[in-house]
Amino acid sequence: MQESLSNPRPSSSPSGLAMRWSNFQRRYAPYIFISPFFILFLIFGLYPSLFSLYISFQSWTPSDGWGHWKFVGLGNYAFTLTDPMFWRSMWNTVWLGVFSGIPQHLIAIPLAFVIHMVLSRFKTFVTAVYFLPYITSSVAIALIFNTLFATHNGVINLIIAHLHTWPVLGWLLPDQNINWFISANIKYALALVVVWQFTGWNTLLYLSAIQAIPKDLYEAAAVDGASRIQQFRYITLPLLRPMMFFAVSLTIIGNMQLFEQPFVLLNGGASTATPGGQTAAMYMYRTAFEWLDMGTAASIAWILFAFIGILTYLNNLIFGRTARGGD
Amino acid sequence: MKKILPLLALLILASLAVAQKTTLTVAVFPNLDDSLKAQIPLFNKKFPDVEVKLVIQQYADHHNALTTALATGQGLPDVAAIEIGYVGRFAEGQGFEDLNKAPYSAGQYKKLFTPYTISQATSSDGRFIAMPTDIGPGTFFYRNDILQKAGVDPKSMMTWPGYIAAGRAIKSSTGSFLIADAADVAWINIFATTPANTSPYFDEQGKVVVDTPRFVRAFELAKNIRAAGLDARIGSWTNEWYDAFKKGTVATQFSGAWLMGHLKNWMAPDTKGLWRVQQLPEGMYASWGGSFYGIPSASKNKALAWEFIKFVTTNDESQIAGFKAIGAFPALLAAQNDPVFNDPVEFLGGQKAFLIWRDAARRVKPLKANKYDRVAYEILGTALSQVLDEGKDVTAALAEAKRLIERRMR
Repeated sequence: MQESLSNPRPSSSPSGLAMRWSNFQRRYAPYIFISPFFILFLIFGLYPSLFSLYISFQSWTPSDGWGHWKFVGLGNYAFTLTDPMFWRSMWNTVWLGVFSGIPQHLIAIPLAFVIHMVLSRFKTFVTAVYFLPYITSSVAIALIFNTLFATHNGVINLIIAHLHTWPVLGWLLPDQNINWFISANIKYALALVVVWQFTGWNTLLYLSAIQAIPKDLYEAAAVDGASRIQQFRYITLPLLRPMMFFAVSLTIIGNMQLFEQPFVLLNGGASTATPGGQTAAMYMYRTAFEWLDMGTAASIAWILFAFIGILTYLNNLIFGRTARGGD
Repeated sequence: MKKILPLLALLILASLAVAQKTTLTVAVFPNLDDSLKAQIPLFNKKFPDVEVKLVIQQYADHHNALTTALATGQGLPDVAAIEIGYVGRFAEGQGFEDLNKAPYSAGQYKKLFTPYTISQATSSDGRFIAMPTDIGPGTFFYRNDILQKAGVDPKSMMTWPGYIAAGRAIKSSTGSFLIADAADVAWINIFATTPANTSPYFDEQGKVVVDTPRFVRAFELAKNIRAAGLDARIGSWTNEWYDAFKKGTVATQFSGAWLMGHLKNWMAPDTKGLWRVQQLPEGMYASWGGSFYGIPSASKNKALAWEFIKFVTTNDESQIAGFKAIGAFPALLAAQNDPVFNDPVEFLGGQKAFLIWRDAARRVKPLKANKYDRVAYEILGTALSQVLDEGKDVTAALAEAKRLIERRMR
């Protein structure tokens, strides 16, 4: 509109053209501007999802080539749901979800409070340090931990061996080097890696939420004689609920999809500890690319999706109402 | 003028040929690429108009990329290198050309190769999908210096009870472990006792045989070694494994002949002269590794791809060039008669090891690939770690493994 008005040329046909162009712009420009996302989403998001849904009802060995699949109905789902290897990987996933998820939050919340209250002068530096593991490549992290967890001269076993010589503590610790890379022990190693990597991220989330809590609440509480611990218990914790909901949701989704850390620590599945450490996502990858069974792998993906959906719903029930309700 | 005309025609043809230089894409993984780099100049002497483009990716990435490309039929190379761990799976698929058929008619070349390689690349319905280039005769590495210190005669290790007894002597007198992982003893036994023309885990009818006595014995042997505390409980291909070789904390290792190349080049170059090899105990012979070249059906340069594969696999000179480059044992029988095989191997203290490996390669029984080999290998590996790490009963573990493998065969 503006363009056609400001167009000084008297000729009617170009101005008609400009009018049409302007109309076109007004009507379609928004769609064109948002189209890159939708085009990318359709190609890389929706299409693969729908295709994996389709292929989960087929039997397909990918090396046979495109189109060489056979309809098997619910066969893949029936197979996966009765597959002991799948359930073991699910158990590993849930175990890791709990034992690497809960410590992250139990450490991050008090840590954020302490950083806010005591270390506020060095806040930026301290958060950056805690955040560093989060932005480091998981593969690099897993490789480093591989060396740290080595049985014979890994640093972690050397520390345990040293602590063993201390009084009292020594009784609690084994007197032999721990072989971390067997099914019974690998989960502890994995949980440690995940906690180390993601605690900083959660600290950052909680710190930002704590900073948003009005100062006068603490001042009022201090006037009423509340201690630091009481302030933390009765002001900080209740007001963190919305952020807890968000952070726990992210942890649930992230932990249920845990892949790189176990994949690298378990040498891509070649380690003897694989049965005790592989997560459902890793089991799915190996079903697809090692055993070339795409249909079954797709059914694992959708079962995992349903499982994540249920957990997120439960989380919503526990935290969600109060989180949305405000107080 | 009459003389000039053909010459002129030739010139024009030649210039056309230069203009139409064909590119042949060859997908390969390290360190097979080093072998090809030595072979390509020889190939270009015969085919000057062909430009060979190598697509090099790490072992696992290479085979994953190949799987994805086969799935979609897009982005496939003209020639694909296939490692032994994948050749059975790709053979059962439909993505590669059957080289038995015309125009390839590879049947005429089969007798040129170490016999067992042919069956490895043949599918259960008889299609032959890839030509062998190198092989991995299974061999017994030992540290001569450690055995001497312990006063152990390597010959005494040629029976499995003798091997374990030697392990005790080595452990008590030098502190070194007998082997990095007891599981390797189980695997070499399983591979080496496989009857001719079957898969290690399935019989001729495709029935699962993992609960038969030869598996029980293999598992029991590994269990005894673990129970006696003779293995270092270190998994293969880990930093600790390399470290054990460097420091000499393990005295023996079973592997393919190719392990020497890795030890020499990067794992433990300082242990040069300390290692020796001998045949496996109790007259066992096993194949441990190997590589192949196949033509994806979607290739647009199949004729040329076939010329290339024929050249790198059936030409003596080319195979020897590859052997010299990476030390991978040639699959071509004629190449194994090259005088270079009589050379002493410096890394093995001047031992004439190539002759030992050639002898082993000629005694390995032909194996048959099964579609479920990989699944069976994985499930059996789990059973083995349950026996070794968790103390599970051997018979129970094998029965469970059998049940799990059968579940997957659908």
